[in-house]
Amino acid sequence: MAVSVRHPKDFISGLIFIGLGFGFFLIAQDYKMGTATRMGPAYLPTILATLLMLIGLGLVVRALFRDGDRVTGVAWKQTLLILIGTVMFGILVRNAGLVAALLAYVSITAMASIYFHWRATALLAAGMTIFCVIIFIYALGLPIPMIGPWFGA
Amino acid sequence: MELLANLAIGIDAAVTFQNLFYCLGGVLLGTLIGVLPGLGPVATIAMLLPATFALPPLSALIMLAGIYYGAQYGGSTTAILINLPGESSSVVTALDGYQMARQGRAGAALSTAALGSFFAGTVATLLLAVFAPPLAEMALKFGPAEYFSLMVLGLVASVALANGSLLKAIGMIVLGLLLGLVGSDVNSGTPRFTFDMPDLADGINFVALAMGMFGLGEIIKNLEDEKNRDVMVKKVTGLWLTWDDFKLIWKPVLRGTGLGSILGILPGGGAILSSFAAYSLEKKLSKTPERFGKGAIEGVAAPESANNAGAQTSFIPMLTLGIPSNPVMALMAGAMIIQGIQPGPLVMTEQPTLFWGIIVSMWIGNFFLIILNLPLIGLWVRLLTVPYHLMFPAILVFCGIGVYSVNNTNFDVFMMAGFGVAGYIFSKLECEPAPLLLGFILGPMMEENLRRAMTLSRGDAMVFIERPISATMLLLAALAMIVVLSPAVRKKREEAFQEE
Repeated sequence: MAVSVRHPKDFISGLIFIGLGFGFFLIAQDYKMGTATRMGPAYLPTILATLLMLIGLGLVVRALFRDGDRVTGVAWKQTLLILIGTVMFGILVRNAGLVAALLAYVSITAMASIYFHWRATALLAAGMTIFCVIIFIYALGLPIPMIGPWFGA
Repeated sequence: MELLANLAIGIDAAVTFQNLFYCLGGVLLGTLIGVLPGLGPVATIAMLLPATFALPPLSALIMLAGIYYGAQYGGSTTAILINLPGESSSVVTALDGYQMARQGRAGAALSTAALGSFFAGTVATLLLAVFAPPLAEMALKFGPAEYFSLMVLGLVASVALANGSLLKAIGMIVLGLLLGLVGSDVNSGTPRFTFDMPDLADGINFVALAMGMFGLGEIIKNLEDEKNRDVMVKKVTGLWLTWDDFKLIWKPVLRGTGLGSILGILPGGGAILSSFAAYSLEKKLSKTPERFGKGAIEGVAAPESANNAGAQTSFIPMLTLGIPSNPVMALMAGAMIIQGIQPGPLVMTEQPTLFWGIIVSMWIGNFFLIILNLPLIGLWVRLLTVPYHLMFPAILVFCGIGVYSVNNTNFDVFMMAGFGVAGYIFSKLECEPAPLLLGFILGPMMEENLRRAMTLSRGDAMVFIERPISATMLLLAALAMIVVLSPAVRKKREEAFQEE
């Protein structure tokens, strides 16, 4: 009997739940289990992780018997650009300062749009940077360096 | 009259220049960001949360509550004008509201939404003032077993009332509970699931989680089909309702308010469920159900009243029991904890000015909404015409600075990036992020109460069914599960959520 995945979304969700549950379960075994009266740090996580794996298993099995839509139109490029942009912002804001971080963040993420245009983006990046420096550094006084240690400040 | 005395305390606390200013500021900011397409109240509050850290607790909570109604109202505006509901509770508003706008009656639809919301907000605030004290008193008698069972009931109810697959929603809750346990264990001090990273010792920053899942995740989803976003906004005219309109809407507004107030108290998507339920009820009761979906004014009045009433009464479990019933309340509870206030029954007795101040400010906030938003509608409409490709980088910048400034650590920014991608993947797989956030907030509380209950009973799990209140709640949770799983209800439930 040929078995095939008929509900890809449930199937993948199930695999994710099983994987994460397994990870939590394994790591929890390093901690003390304790008893029902005095629960150790591993007690509840072990129960929950087992439950998560069971739910994942249920989803995977169910996906073989129930029909569902395929996963379509995943926006890989957009996801990647937002991820890279945000991580860059995180690195730069501390080390290069707010100005560099914002210019990079706006420029990188703006490319995720199909309407990306370098001139509009440059204007937007400059405008947002000036606006945020005024609001967050001068008005609200957040402890974020305008120019960071990388540039010798 | 104790109620009047309490309200007087609240008026004293809320009607100061400073607090009125923050209430107004919250409502304005909330509407401003809520009007931007694709940003609902959760993302808006998460984004603006860091801006309230420096304020005194009452002002901070007043501002956050203002942001909440503002964002919700903003969401209805986009639903009516461009058929893009900012959040799931205004999905039904878009059905008839957008049709009204296309027929040139956008003004009437917006006024109906505003008036209905204001009326519902007023009634629900009064209900909150009346019912909160007895509930909090009852909650003081709760032991750890009762608390644990109550949270189980809350989580089960939130699954039962959510849309989409039950099994996936339960999975998301369990995953949220596990994520909530990351960090140092309170009892033993053991760092759990921290991978030896000191940044995780205090647990995952919930602003990073919420902003990633609801902010970044949503933005990526919106960028997916940019071409199909038509932003054609006509000029809004004719804000005044005719006498005939009034005659049509007053009953739906009353019914929506009643339904919303009751459903809002239930844990789970209070505002969402109440708007759906109110819409179906009106359609059933109407003599001319065929008008619904084609611009029936009742189809705007009822759900808008219901979701505002539900939004208001969902504060009841959070303020009296300390248990958030939806993601927005989870954020509010988080904000209270950051301000050094443990949400729960003691807030009312120990900090009466704070408690009653918030309640009174809710009414004031609703009042500001109505007097501000109708005149300002032209401004909001202009905001809607700012193209999304210029808007989303700006939103990201605010998310980034916001999450960084919570703890001044870039680790949280990386977490937000990760949760953003995770949120997008989950939305592609039709796993709702809301139950995860609820589980995340409740995780540590559940573990704490479970441990205490079990220690007190010397390891006997029967304690949860031997104590009557706890047993009742577990029974209700079991019943809710059985009802939702029964084939007949299941079919009905799917139909109800398919109305969009």
